[in-house]
Amino acid sequence: MVEITIRKRPRTEAVITQRKFFKKTARGKVIKVLRERYLRDDVGCGIDGCSLCHDLREFTLPSDGSALANFPNGHFILPDTNVFLAQMDLMESGLFNPPMILLQTVLEEVRHRSLPLYNRLRALIRAEEKQIWVFYNEYRSETAVIREEGESPNDRNDRGIRMATAWYNAHLSLSRPSVRGQPSRPLPTVVLLSDDVANRQEAEKEGLACMSVRRYVEALEESSRLFDLLSTPGSDDLEPTRTAAARQALYPDYLPMSALLAGIKLGQLHQGHFNANQFNYLEGNVPVTAFDKPILLIGRENMNRAVQGDIVAVEVFDEKEWKAPGDEVVEQETTLRNDDADASEEESGDEEALAERKVLQAEQVRREASVRLPTGRVVGIIKRNWRSYVCHIDSTSLTSSNATSLSQQTVFATPVSRLLPRIRIRTRQAPALLGQKILVTIDRWDSTSRYPEGHFVRALGKVESKEAEQESLLLEFDIPYRPFGKAILDCLPPEGDNWVVPPKTAENPVWRDRVDLRDLLICSIDPPGCQDIDDALHARTLSNGNIEAGVHIADVSHFVHPGNPMDKEAAARGTTVYLVDKRIDMLPALLGTNLCSLRPHVERLAFSVIWELTQDADIVNVRFSKSVIASKSAFTYEEAQLRKDDPKLDDNLTKSIRLLNSLAQKLRNKRMEAGALNLASPEVKIQLDSSESSDPIDVEQKELRETNSLVEEFMLLANISVARKIEEAFPQTAVLRRHLPPPHSNFEKLHDIMQKRRGLTLDVSSSGALANSLDKCVDPNEPAFNTLVRIMATRCMLSAEYFCSGSVARDTFGHYGLASPIYTHFTSPIRRYADVLVHRQLSAAIGYSTLHATLHSKSHVEQVLGIVNRRHRMAQMAGRASIEFYVGLALKSRGQGGATTEEAFVIRTFRNGLAVYVSKLGLEGLVTFKRETQFDPDSYTITIQSASAEANTTIAVFDKVVVEIEVEKDKNTQRGRVKMTLKSPIDSSTL
Amino acid sequence: MSSRVEILNDGGYRSDGRRQYELRDISIDTSQQGSADGCCTLRHGLTEVLVTIFGPREAKMRSQTLHDRAVINVEVNVLPFSTGERRRRARADRRILELAATIKSTFEPVVQTALYPRSQVDIYVQVLQQDGGLLHACVNATTLALICAGIPMTDFVCAVSGGVHSTEPLLDLTMLEENDLPHMTVAVMPRTGKVTLVALETRLHVDRFAEIFKLAGEAGQALHKEMKRAVRNRTSRLVDAMETSMKQPVGGERDVVMEDRMDF
Repeated sequence: MVEITIRKRPRTEAVITQRKFFKKTARGKVIKVLRERYLRDDVGCGIDGCSLCHDLREFTLPSDGSALANFPNGHFILPDTNVFLAQMDLMESGLFNPPMILLQTVLEEVRHRSLPLYNRLRALIRAEEKQIWVFYNEYRSETAVIREEGESPNDRNDRGIRMATAWYNAHLSLSRPSVRGQPSRPLPTVVLLSDDVANRQEAEKEGLACMSVRRYVEALEESSRLFDLLSTPGSDDLEPTRTAAARQALYPDYLPMSALLAGIKLGQLHQGHFNANQFNYLEGNVPVTAFDKPILLIGRENMNRAVQGDIVAVEVFDEKEWKAPGDEVVEQETTLRNDDADASEEESGDEEALAERKVLQAEQVRREASVRLPTGRVVGIIKRNWRSYVCHIDSTSLTSSNATSLSQQTVFATPVSRLLPRIRIRTRQAPALLGQKILVTIDRWDSTSRYPEGHFVRALGKVESKEAEQESLLLEFDIPYRPFGKAILDCLPPEGDNWVVPPKTAENPVWRDRVDLRDLLICSIDPPGCQDIDDALHARTLSNGNIEAGVHIADVSHFVHPGNPMDKEAAARGTTVYLVDKRIDMLPALLGTNLCSLRPHVERLAFSVIWELTQDADIVNVRFSKSVIASKSAFTYEEAQLRKDDPKLDDNLTKSIRLLNSLAQKLRNKRMEAGALNLASPEVKIQLDSSESSDPIDVEQKELRETNSLVEEFMLLANISVARKIEEAFPQTAVLRRHLPPPHSNFEKLHDIMQKRRGLTLDVSSSGALANSLDKCVDPNEPAFNTLVRIMATRCMLSAEYFCSGSVARDTFGHYGLASPIYTHFTSPIRRYADVLVHRQLSAAIGYSTLHATLHSKSHVEQVLGIVNRRHRMAQMAGRASIEFYVGLALKSRGQGGATTEEAFVIRTFRNGLAVYVSKLGLEGLVTFKRETQFDPDSYTITIQSASAEANTTIAVFDKVVVEIEVEKDKNTQRGRVKMTLKSPIDSSTL
Repeated sequence: MSSRVEILNDGGYRSDGRRQYELRDISIDTSQQGSADGCCTLRHGLTEVLVTIFGPREAKMRSQTLHDRAVINVEVNVLPFSTGERRRRARADRRILELAATIKSTFEPVVQTALYPRSQVDIYVQVLQQDGGLLHACVNATTLALICAGIPMTDFVCAVSGGVHSTEPLLDLTMLEENDLPHMTVAVMPRTGKVTLVALETRLHVDRFAEIFKLAGEAGQALHKEMKRAVRNRTSRLVDAMETSMKQPVGGERDVVMEDRMDF
C-alpha cells in the first residue's frame, strides 16, 4: 500500500512556486504558460551518513568525498553545464571518477542543448564505477531559483548552480555540528567545476571554491593521461543559448525550372542522375554526357539537398577549382552523432556544421596532390526520385524512450542504404518503433533544414526477423511482391492443375502447326530444387553424320496473351526475383511451376530451336517451331555430371548428354577464340538448414561443373540464333540485348594498380585482348588472385541491357562480354518478361501467329524494355542483398561469439581504412583505423606507423590480409552490420 | 520545447516536483455566490472550477419533468481564458456536452432525487482555469456544491485522475502529463467504496488499468478527508454564525434540523 498524500503549495509564495513563461507556437501565436512547482525539504544530498537527510536511505557519495592536494579534507565536485557539453569524453573516462554532484539544473540544460549528449550523460549516471549523485536542486526549497527580471536563462542557471554549491557547503557544516569538548572535524568542500570565466568570478565573489576543468585535471594523479581527453578550449560560443535565432538558410535556393532547362539547353548546366558516395556521405557525383568523368560534388552545400537517384542540374566550377575525390571514409553516424533531431527548431546545430567543415578542410589539404575531376554544385532538381525508404529509428534522437509515451517527438530515421541522408520524422510512437524496420517517405527538404523531412508510413517488423528483412529488401529495391489479383488469376486456364496437352487431332487448335517431338530423348538440367524448368535439351546423330541438337523452351506465350491482365502484370514485374529463401514470381505459380515448367514424364508445349550441326559444331541450318515435348528426365547439374562421367552407363539418354557436352565444349572454344570474356562475380551459396526453417548453416562458394557450361553454351547458341531471326523479321522493333564495350577510362585505375602493384598490364583494346590479358594475371601462390582481378574487371564494365533494334545504331548491337554481334534473351520466358516478347516475335517471324500491334510500335517496346531493364537491375541487387543478409546470419551462427577469421584481399585503400574482399564468403567489407596512417594514393599503399620505423607495416592493394569478421549491431539503429578488423599483418583493433 | 520535459525523471520526481503518489494542492472555497443555493470554487493545482447549484426547484420545462424524481441538469461553460491559448468554445461543443453528460450520470445515482418529484436540480459548472484533471475537479466541486446546497446525497463523490508512465502509475495529472500519458478518471464513493465513474479516453494496458483503478480509488479516500474537513469548517462557521444570531433573536427557528442530519 503506497502512501497517498496531498502536497501543499503556499499560495502566498506564488512567485516562487509558480513558473510563468511565454511560448511562441509554430504558427507564431504567443501563449502564456503557467506551471506549478512544488518545493520540498526531502530532496536528499546523497552523502553517506548525512545526519539531516538520514531518513532518506539512498546515497552514492562517500561521507568525506575524496582527498586531493588542494583539498586535504576531501572534496566533491559539482560541474557546470559547459563541462558536460564540452568535456564529455573526460567525464566518460574510466580514470576520472571523483565523487560528483550533478545538479538537476545542469542535467536539464544538457538535455535541452543536446539529446545525444544527454543520453551519454544518463548512461554515465548509471555506470557502476562513477560516483554521481543527482541532486534535484530545483525542487528543494532552499536551492530553487526563479529567473529575475532581465536575467537570461543562462545566468539564471548559473546562479542556481552557485546557490546549490553554497547550499551544499552549508549543509555539510550543519549536518556535522561540532560536539562540545571535541575538536571539530574538518569538513569536505564542494568544488564548483566550470569553464565559464564569468561564472567562476561570481562564485569567487560569493566565496565558493571553484576551478576550471583544466586546473582540476592538473591536480589529479592521472592528469597526464586525462589531458588528452580535454577538448580544446576557446569555444566560448558554446555558452550563450541560441534562442529563437532566425533560421538561416543552410542551402542555396534552387533556380527556377525555366532557367534550369534553358541552362541545360545552352550547355551551361548539365543534367544527370545524382549518385551519393557510399564511403563518404559528404561527397557525391553526377555522370553527365559532356565529360567522360562524372562531375564531383563535395560538401553538403554543393550537393544541395539532392538525394540518391534524383535527376539534377549541375553547374561546373572553373577548372582551377576542380578537386580530387576524397580518399577517406566519412561516416555520417560518427561525424554527426551529436546532432539533434529537434535542433532546427531551437538552434541551428552549428557544432555539427563545424565538425563537417573540419572533415572537409582536413581532406582539402590532401586532395591537392592527386588527380582533379570536374567539380560542381547542384543548382536545381529536374526530377525527384523519392520513394519510401526502409529505415531504423535512431535511438539517441529520442526525447523519451518511455514505451507508453504518446507525445509527439522529432526523431531521426536512418535509412538502411548508406547512400541516403538521415530523415527527420515526427511521430507519436517513436518508442514503440525502436528496434523495428520502418518505412519512411521523404516529404520535403527545405533550404533551412539540414535534413530532409519525412513521415512514417508503416512498420515492417522487428529488426533481423526474417520477414521484416525480406520485406524491407523487396521494398528497398522496389520489387512488386503482392499476391496476384483475381483478374490475373482469371487469365489462367480454367482447368488449373489438371490441364494437359489435348490429344493430337487434326482439328485441335493447340496442335495447329506444332511439331510432335514427344518421342525425342529430351531432358532438362537445372540447379537442385528448381521448379520452374524453362529449358530442355536433346541431341542425336543424324544419318548424314551431322548432329541434330535441340533446345526446347517452355511455351509461355501460349498461355500469356498480349494485353490481358496477366501480361500487364508480368510486364510490370519484369522478372522473377530470387532471394535466398523466397522467390517472387513474375507469372502465377500455376504457370511457372506446373503448366509451363518442362517437367519430366508429362507432355508440355514448347518452343523449339533445332540445329543441324557438323561434328565441329558449325551450324548447317536452324529450325524454329512450336512443339509438344515430353521430357524424359530432369537432372540436376550434379546428376547430369555423374551420369556423363559414369563409364558403365551407356543408354541413349546418357549418350545424348555426352554428345551435347562435346558440342558445348567446341562451341565454348569457338566463343573464346572470338574473344568472349570469362568474367567472374562473387558467387556464393547459402546452405539452409531445411526448407522449412531456413536458418542458414553455412556459406560456400558455388561450384561450377561441366554441365553448367553445357547448358549455358546451348542457351547462348539459341539466344543468338533467335536474335538473328527476329532482327531479320522485325528490323525496327526486335527485342535484343546488348553489352556496350566499356570506355577505356573505366579501366585506367585498375590498370594503374595492376601495373604498380604487380607489374601486370591489362590490354583493354578489345574484349579478346582483355580476355587474354586477364588469363595472364595469375599469381602462382594465390589461385584466388585471378578471380579477384576478374571481379574487379567486371566492376569496370557497363551492364548489359535490353533494347529495341530500331532505336539504336546497328553497329552498337554487339554483346561485348559474349563477343557476339547480336544477342537476345529467349530461353527463360517463365522468369523474364523480355523472353516472352521475344517468343511472340519469333512466333510471328515463323508465321505461327500474327504479331500483336503493340510489338510493332517502337515506342511501346522501348517503354516496356525500360521497365524490364530497371526491374532486372533491381532484382540482381535484391538477390545480392539477400545473400549478404544471410551471410551475416550464417557468420553469426558460425563462430564463437559471432567472430570468424578469414583471408581477404585488399581492393582499395583509403586514408583511414581499407576495403577488403573475402573471396570465401563473397563479402566485401571495410576496415577503418582511428589513428592516422601514411597514405600514398599514387602507389595505393598505406603505412601504419608504430614505435620504431622498422616495425612500420605497409599494406597495398592486392595484398592478402587476415581479417576478423563479426556481425555487430549498430547501437543506434539496431542495424546488424558486418564489422571487419584486421588481424594480420597487424592487429587493427587497437588502431 | 514541451517535448523536452521529462514526465518522471530518474529521481522519481515529476515535472512539477511532486512524486508519483502525491496529489496537487487542493483549495476549497464554499462561500456564497449570488443567489445560488450552493456553490463551491475548487482548485486542484492550477485547475480551477466554480460550481453553482440551483434547486431543487420547479422544473422550467414541463416536458422534461419526471413525476417520481427530480431531474439533474448540468451545464458546463469553459471560459475562453481558461487555457493558455485563448479560445472561445461554443456551448454545443461536443467535448463540453460530453463533460456535462458525464457529470450528470455520475451524480444521478448519488443524489436522492426521489425526494423531490417533479423538480429540477441545476448544476452550473464554470471552468476558470485548466491544467489537467478537469473532469475530476468538476466532480469534486459539484459534490461540495451539492452538499452546500443541502441536497441529500447518499455519499460524497471523490474523483481523481491517474495515468501510467511506462509502468509507473501517477496520480492527479497535470495538462502536460495528460497530453503525454494514457490516463483515466475514477470517482468513488468513499463510505461505500462504490465507483460511480470511470472515464478512460486513451489506450491503456489492461494490467495497468487494474492497478491505476485501485490506486485512484485509494486516492479518493485521501481527497475525501480534505473535502470533509472543508464541509465541517463551513458547517461549524454556519453554526457559529447562527449561535451569535440566536443570542439576539431576530428570526425564529431556521433549518437547523438539516445541519443536524449532516453528521459525519
